[in-house]
Amino acid sequence: MSKLKKMLGIMLVLTLVTVLAACGKSNESATGDNGGKGEGTDGGAKEIYFLNFKPEIAEVYEKIAKDYEAETGVKVKVVTAASGTYETKLKSEISKKDAPTIFQINGPVGYQAWKDYALDLKDTKLYSYLSDPSLAVTSEDGVYGIPYVVEGYGIIYNDAIMQKYFALPDKAVSISSASEINNFDTLKAVVEDMTAKKEQLDIKGVFASTSLGAGEQWRWQTHLANLPLYYEFKDNTEFDNTVLAGLAADEVQFKYNEYYKNIFDLYTNNSVTKGTLLGGKSVADSMAEFALGQVAMVQNGNWAWGQINEVGGNVVKAEDIKFLPIYTGMSGEEKQGLAIGTENYLSINSKVSPEKQQASIEFLEWLFTSDKGKAYVTQELGFIAPFNTFNEDEKPADPLAREVMTWMEKDVTSVPWTFAAFPSEEFKNQFGDALLQYVQGNQAWDEVVKVFTDSWKAEKAK
Amino acid sequence: MQKSIKKYFALFALPTIIAFSVAFVIPFLLGVYLSFTEFTTVNDAKWVGLSNYVKAFSNQDFLNALWFTVKFTLVSVLTINVFAFSLAMLLTRGKRGTNLFRTVFFMPNLIGGIVLGYIWQLIINGVLYNFDLTLTSDPKYGFWGLVVLMNWQLIGYMMIIYVAGIQNVPKDVIEVAKIDGASKFQVLRNVTLPLVMPSITICLFLSLSNSFKLFDQNLALTAGAPAKQTAMLALDIYNTFYGKTGWEGVGQAKAVVFFVLVAMIALVQLLITRRKEVES
Repeated sequence: MSKLKKMLGIMLVLTLVTVLAACGKSNESATGDNGGKGEGTDGGAKEIYFLNFKPEIAEVYEKIAKDYEAETGVKVKVVTAASGTYETKLKSEISKKDAPTIFQINGPVGYQAWKDYALDLKDTKLYSYLSDPSLAVTSEDGVYGIPYVVEGYGIIYNDAIMQKYFALPDKAVSISSASEINNFDTLKAVVEDMTAKKEQLDIKGVFASTSLGAGEQWRWQTHLANLPLYYEFKDNTEFDNTVLAGLAADEVQFKYNEYYKNIFDLYTNNSVTKGTLLGGKSVADSMAEFALGQVAMVQNGNWAWGQINEVGGNVVKAEDIKFLPIYTGMSGEEKQGLAIGTENYLSINSKVSPEKQQASIEFLEWLFTSDKGKAYVTQELGFIAPFNTFNEDEKPADPLAREVMTWMEKDVTSVPWTFAAFPSEEFKNQFGDALLQYVQGNQAWDEVVKVFTDSWKAEKAK
Repeated sequence: MQKSIKKYFALFALPTIIAFSVAFVIPFLLGVYLSFTEFTTVNDAKWVGLSNYVKAFSNQDFLNALWFTVKFTLVSVLTINVFAFSLAMLLTRGKRGTNLFRTVFFMPNLIGGIVLGYIWQLIINGVLYNFDLTLTSDPKYGFWGLVVLMNWQLIGYMMIIYVAGIQNVPKDVIEVAKIDGASKFQVLRNVTLPLVMPSITICLFLSLSNSFKLFDQNLALTAGAPAKQTAMLALDIYNTFYGKTGWEGVGQAKAVVFFVLVAMIALVQLLITRRKEVES
């Protein structure tokens, strides 16, 4: 009996050992596969990994990847970070074994965080295709980020409602179309008169919700804040570029804060939503309000076209969607255009194998030079791509992108995206939180200004 | 057999030990190491000594979050256990529909924290909208919102544990007490409570540690709004780690402090309540 037990024990142990050994072995072979995966027999990479920044166009990238694989046999793995989580996603993905080969940085500040991972691209064809090489993110002699889309933002308005307003017999302003608005005073007069007549115009408010929920405040803490800081840095004549002036500024005065307050108050006082409720509103809410014709204006960029177009029950016609620059009351703003720039720069991971780096660059070159790739870029992604490989007729068709291009050609000065110089996400969020406190009536404007300058200083200091 | 088990003890324990080290011990030690370093991703850490801890404790957000968490934990542990125990008393009397009620009260526990957070955000905002307010208007709405949410989720779970404890109290002991002329309150105070002490230990432990390390409900309900005033420790750690470039190490240091705190509080609580447990 005891012999049997002993035998049983030994057998158990043996089974266990075999199982363990098998596990170990299969693990080994699995990792071996992983390590080898991606490199084909001919030395070129078979798989690259693109970490996408823009959730609104994730599906298009999937299609592009499929086409590219069919054409060249190189598999493009596309992963998309959810809105507002790109940095988080990148941080966790890049430390994995199968790291992204193509990722995006948001300008010089983003480059500082990712400089150990960004490959020098100055010898690539992709860089040579840039219509304006100064747009790229550079450091000393190297080129580390290539912009791939130029975007513009301003006040989007629904011209049908505006025409209805200007046709009113008792309107309080002398101008007769929205395109004649060229400064803050006119804008304010029009908006306030429209609010007074909102029943006649059949709208719920002039502006869509000034959404200030967590993660939804970027239109105010980044885009709108761009204007006063652009003017502030422009006053610094030591630099010929406001982004450089901003990057060099350890402190800001926020000296045009009154102009920020002008436009921000105009938004919240003539909005569809009361100030105290803005903490619960999202950007999607405000775009839906615009698409459903409940409001006449909303501040956003040309990327919002997809959102306007997708809303069920959309009543806004494409030809009625127009752009207006954000006027704040600065002197000489009649010559101010839309805010145009980019915060999306492509970078190649310098820590993956050279084959993968090469394959990644080839993919991007294909996307921006081949007929098929360019068709995707202009028609489906809707990008205004800053490359000289695109002809005049290869421009996006959506009304907002067209408006941006029209404004770029007008005799006005576009406002560059100076917010590339903002010190950190934390700075923007603290400012956004202060704005929320301000509209809810918990904080005076002076305190918002103080938060702005203090947090800039603190974030620059570390 | 007994002997051979002892002989091969190490071998049999090996799979578990391996799994435990891979999934827990190694990441934990790595985490402690990282709290003394500066890094962007975990592969490129540079040793900086204690400076992360100094930064963590001189960071006002962290101290605010700590205080908010302590307040929240005190209130919710108290309310959860009082409600759960009362419900358990009600639902062990053999009334009709007892099982149905038990199931209904347990159900919220089956829903994930993020979903619960959004559901309650809708409910609370729906009510507050009538007064032109939202959850972000004042930190006290966020605080009580979290308390309600946590109660709603955990009461059912704790109730089940209390029900099991109460059902184990021998009927004859209670009967004897009644014959001796004890009032209902006296029976509860001197017979039932001491005998369900093991359940109380477990429930206190679970509600305490769960409240202290609350994360997803916090993120979904308020995400710290307004101005981080409703951010709890776990959310603050997350925001430090992912929201501030160059502060990853500080986030890690905060996480180590957080671990020590939770472990200490839970151990002290276990020691105290264990001592009160009696055999029937």
